[in-house]
Amino acid sequence: MATHDNTINHARSASIIRSIVKHNIFIPCAFLILLLLINIFINPGFLKVSMGTDSNGHPVLIGNLINILSNATELVILAIGMTLVTASSKGQDISVGATLAISGGVVMRVLCGNETQPSSLHAPIIVALLLGCLAGMACGAFNGILVSRFKIQPMIATLILFTAGRSIASMAMGGLKPKAVSSFGYYGNFIPGFPIPTPILITVLVIIITMLVLKFTNLGLYTRAVGVNAKASSLNGLNPSLIKFLTFVVLGLCVGIAGFVQSSRVQTVNPFTIVPSIEMDVILAVALGGNSLGGGKFNMTGSIIGAYTIQTLTSMLMTLNVNTNAVPVFKAAIIVILVVIQAPIVKAFFSALMADLKSKNNRGKGDDTYVVVE
Amino acid sequence: MSSLNEAPQIGRFDGIKNKLMQREKLTDTAFLLTITITLFFTIYALAVIFLGDKGFGKVQMFFNLFNENAALIVIACGLSIVMVTGSIDISVGGSTALICTSCIVGLNKYGFNFLTSLLLALAIGLAFGILQGLLIAYLEIQPFIVTLAGMFLGRGLVALIEVNQVQVANPAFEKLSGARIEIPFLGDYNKKGIFLQSKLEYGVIVALIIVVLIFFLLRKTSLGRSFYAVGGNPQSALMLGINVKRTRFMAHVLCGLLAGIGGFLYLFHTRSGSVQQATGLEMDAISASIIGGTLLTGGVGNIFGTLFGVLTGGTVLLIVTAIGSQDPWWPQITRAAMLCFFIILQSVICSRKRNKSE
Repeated sequence: MATHDNTINHARSASIIRSIVKHNIFIPCAFLILLLLINIFINPGFLKVSMGTDSNGHPVLIGNLINILSNATELVILAIGMTLVTASSKGQDISVGATLAISGGVVMRVLCGNETQPSSLHAPIIVALLLGCLAGMACGAFNGILVSRFKIQPMIATLILFTAGRSIASMAMGGLKPKAVSSFGYYGNFIPGFPIPTPILITVLVIIITMLVLKFTNLGLYTRAVGVNAKASSLNGLNPSLIKFLTFVVLGLCVGIAGFVQSSRVQTVNPFTIVPSIEMDVILAVALGGNSLGGGKFNMTGSIIGAYTIQTLTSMLMTLNVNTNAVPVFKAAIIVILVVIQAPIVKAFFSALMADLKSKNNRGKGDDTYVVVE
Repeated sequence: MSSLNEAPQIGRFDGIKNKLMQREKLTDTAFLLTITITLFFTIYALAVIFLGDKGFGKVQMFFNLFNENAALIVIACGLSIVMVTGSIDISVGGSTALICTSCIVGLNKYGFNFLTSLLLALAIGLAFGILQGLLIAYLEIQPFIVTLAGMFLGRGLVALIEVNQVQVANPAFEKLSGARIEIPFLGDYNKKGIFLQSKLEYGVIVALIIVVLIFFLLRKTSLGRSFYAVGGNPQSALMLGINVKRTRFMAHVLCGLLAGIGGFLYLFHTRSGSVQQATGLEMDAISASIIGGTLLTGGVGNIFGTLFGVLTGGTVLLIVTAIGSQDPWWPQITRAAMLCFFIILQSVICSRKRNKSE
């Protein structure tokens, strides 16, 4: 009997989970398709991907889709980390743009030393990557300690680095704006002779690693547990502080990788203008992916699709000749609409409204039948 | 901000306990205020002693501290109110930038005068306050998300209005904003031995009047008391018959209005506007409130503490600049470090108190 109940419960919960997943991915997918349709409407050749050659004569893939996939790299990587942070700490890290500037600055400083136009790299690229990731993780650890040890709201805690980060990056670079040699640009653009942009490969690699980590370790489960109910998870033997700290460090690692890709892409880092208002994009991607910004359960696939959707939106606004500084207006509007839809009160209001309509309909039918009977 | 959906904890001794806690908190406020005022005078005295040759000994330097920070004082007052209510507003920097640029465009191109630009500033501030207040109080969305969106919205709108940096080119307005009050009997001798009277901007008077008004609002009016009640414990506030949602909404509207006044004072002082203007203003205001003894968790705070918090922050920045580091990054890093220090201090004090009460 008990096993029978269990299987029923199991089947029911499985079907519920399936429907939730379906629903969660539905929003970003629908939005993405809508954006793509608008883009195709504006520019009929939007989806065209063709083979071309770059300035050095190497074959490369050209096309809007390729650009979006390539430019979304930083956003996707950051969204992965931010999803975990949001789930565990019920808040967002608003310092990702500033810490990205720091790790990008560290990468440039390691590669270029004190020269502005070095003729060769001062250190192997792998060292720069590692140090950049380390810088990102250090920033993440700083935020993580403030959040987990001192119990400060994540957004207040990260407000510190949000303001100071770009100045720290400028300090890390010694006030210089060096330009690295072109071989460093392979990681943000193309490896000569290979037509697919390197950032796309890096994104795929990071996504695969994330999925493997979520599948084969308990990081995802523990993050959810801490986010849903920290007290209950601590009674179950988890250490909520440690998990929160870990998610911030993971985000720091993501920031490090994204900073490396970004600095390789532009090959020169201006800490005050690099990735402007990306924190907004990342939070938007997470919210669009069907994740509650109030923490708890998370949906990594949704976040990743959300990130690509945001990049599509950005590039669409760019093609419409909207000023770079004005782009946040539209994103701010979208994020407000999204959180309003997500708000429990609004949800409750609409479900009450639906129930009301249904009951009214039913009552109407009932009256009809009553009339007929009479 | 704890949710209203949590089960209320009704106990026999809750009334008495609350009363005791109230008393403890009030003494706390006095204690934190004393710390802040002492801190400010200590730092300033140290600056006068060790950096007297850099101008800290001059009376005008002291008044400049007010001249530079008049806008921040008003904006920090607004933030103190929302923080006392247990919420937060990080859009004030963005709305300040928007106010400056739109007023300047109005003054330069559309024949605005002093009064119409003031009205525009207040309208923008109020619009931000009302919209954010509606979303935060009535739809119960996290204040941080809403005001983060507000911040980007403000800066983005600046770029939609005017991408380049703009200056006021309106003689009447410039004349008004150039006016100074000369303080009788106070001043400094310059190198030639001529006595220069100390000057104070009119904005400072406005700011100080607002501080006093807000002080009375928080102390003597039922709205002010309900801010504290809602911030301290929304559940008990609800049981006391306070309209929690309306109180939160009013806090944000008031903060928006003060941001409008502050933004106008900012314009009055700087007479320029750009997309990147007033970056980090929200953090200065938050750290001023925190230094002044406003708890991030809500329910505790004093407006005079905020005033001295602004002055302390301003003094530290002056010292950093006076020490003569030419690197442009130090002021911002110092601000952040100061905020970090006080947040951690507050968190430690809070957790120690919690342990004691348990």
